[in-house]
Amino acid sequence: MSEKKINLKLKIWRQSAPNTVGSFVDYSVSVSPEASFLEMLDELNNNLEKNNQDPIVFESDCREGICGTCGLVINGEPHGPLPKIATCQLHMRNFKDGQTIWVEPFRAKAFPVIKDLAVDRSAFDKVIQAGGYISVNTGGVPDANSIPISKDIASEAFDSAACIGCGACVAACKNGSAMLFVGAKVTQFSLLPQGQPERQSRVEAMVAKMDELGFGSCSNTYACEAECPKGISVKNIAKLNREYRLAKIKSKNVEA
Amino acid sequence: MGWFWKFTNSSIGKKLVMTVTGILLIIFLIIHLAGNLTLYWGAKAFSTYASTLELIMPLLRIIEVLLALVFIFHIINGIRVWWGNKKSKGVENKISAKSKNSSIFSRTMIQSASIIFIFLVIHLDTIWYPYNLGNGAENLYGIVTGLFMIPLYSWFYIFAMALLGFHLNHGFQSAFQTMGWNHKKYFPLIQTVGTIYAILVAAGFASLPIYFLYFHGR
Repeated sequence: MSEKKINLKLKIWRQSAPNTVGSFVDYSVSVSPEASFLEMLDELNNNLEKNNQDPIVFESDCREGICGTCGLVINGEPHGPLPKIATCQLHMRNFKDGQTIWVEPFRAKAFPVIKDLAVDRSAFDKVIQAGGYISVNTGGVPDANSIPISKDIASEAFDSAACIGCGACVAACKNGSAMLFVGAKVTQFSLLPQGQPERQSRVEAMVAKMDELGFGSCSNTYACEAECPKGISVKNIAKLNREYRLAKIKSKNVEA
Repeated sequence: MGWFWKFTNSSIGKKLVMTVTGILLIIFLIIHLAGNLTLYWGAKAFSTYASTLELIMPLLRIIEVLLALVFIFHIINGIRVWWGNKKSKGVENKISAKSKNSSIFSRTMIQSASIIFIFLVIHLDTIWYPYNLGNGAENLYGIVTGLFMIPLYSWFYIFAMALLGFHLNHGFQSAFQTMGWNHKKYFPLIQTVGTIYAILVAAGFASLPIYFLYFHGR
């Protein structure tokens, strides 16, 4: 079967180690329009390895848009030009024959480059460890539906819980702010009964950790919402602002 | 009060300082514009407006000091937010799609603010200072209309007001978002009202130099 291939010129960010100076390297590829963006990079890496060259480092895991591991800035947009998909769901048919594609890592002070296109996003894990959980006593499995939650509230919480923690919001933000991510997590818990006991301490701790790790302040450009692969709304940031303000007024924690 | 200090220095607290001072400035601009528009009714109407303000004289000075504090907090905190955010971003991507995912108004707050700040300094130096702290013989209508006859002064005034409109268009709706008042039903209305407010304020202020430079007494 003869398949029509498209030729593309790639300009890919190469950086050998965290604190070294990187630069763009040009590559030419001929690829099936049916290939995904990551498959295109896999093919390129196979060829590089055949020629004893250092393959391009990039992250991926599930390759079906749910794990949040892959994340590249493609032609200036986190996860590429299409809305509401992760990099792994972007296919080469969306590019024109002969097009030049710039591939860069996510940029933010809190997401330092490890190598090439891979960045260290453990800052997100640290924010979650600061309060993005509920404390429960271990014991028997509770009955399903033992805590009544209306369908509307459950759906709203799920909209926020759809965040896959990929970091595209931080990469899209000119301020390197993690408000959409933290907003989604805080909103999800604050809507559900299970999240109530730690509601105030959670938002205080998560925001304090977010600030400590060097994420920026939100200036409401809403670029995060536009680039989010899961379409998380900036209403989550509004909710975070409100939760944080009320927690600061009401909580008994004078140290935080 | 340590907790309050920490609160206002947090990423969200700093934005709240911008919001609270911003809302006060939004209200101030309406009052200032309403007063300025009396210029259209001539020297007598404008002088009546100015002398009415002076009826509450000791209070007026207190209001001026508070207003100055609001400006200072808005400016210094704004610079702090901008500088902190610049550091938080660090290295920027070479290719940017920002025009695709955000509005120009939201991305140029520091630039519009810088021009408005220069305008503010010139404004205070050429109008507020000679009137309030000058040699006492100054007539406010004369000062203002005299300045508006200078083309360069008026053109810069108009330019600064256009940028004020840019600044307000983002700032108005941004204040509501930062307060956490983003509701599916009302937020589109808030954005529309914000844009209308920004256009009215910018056009209202800018209409005065245009009138005095090109139409008054011709």
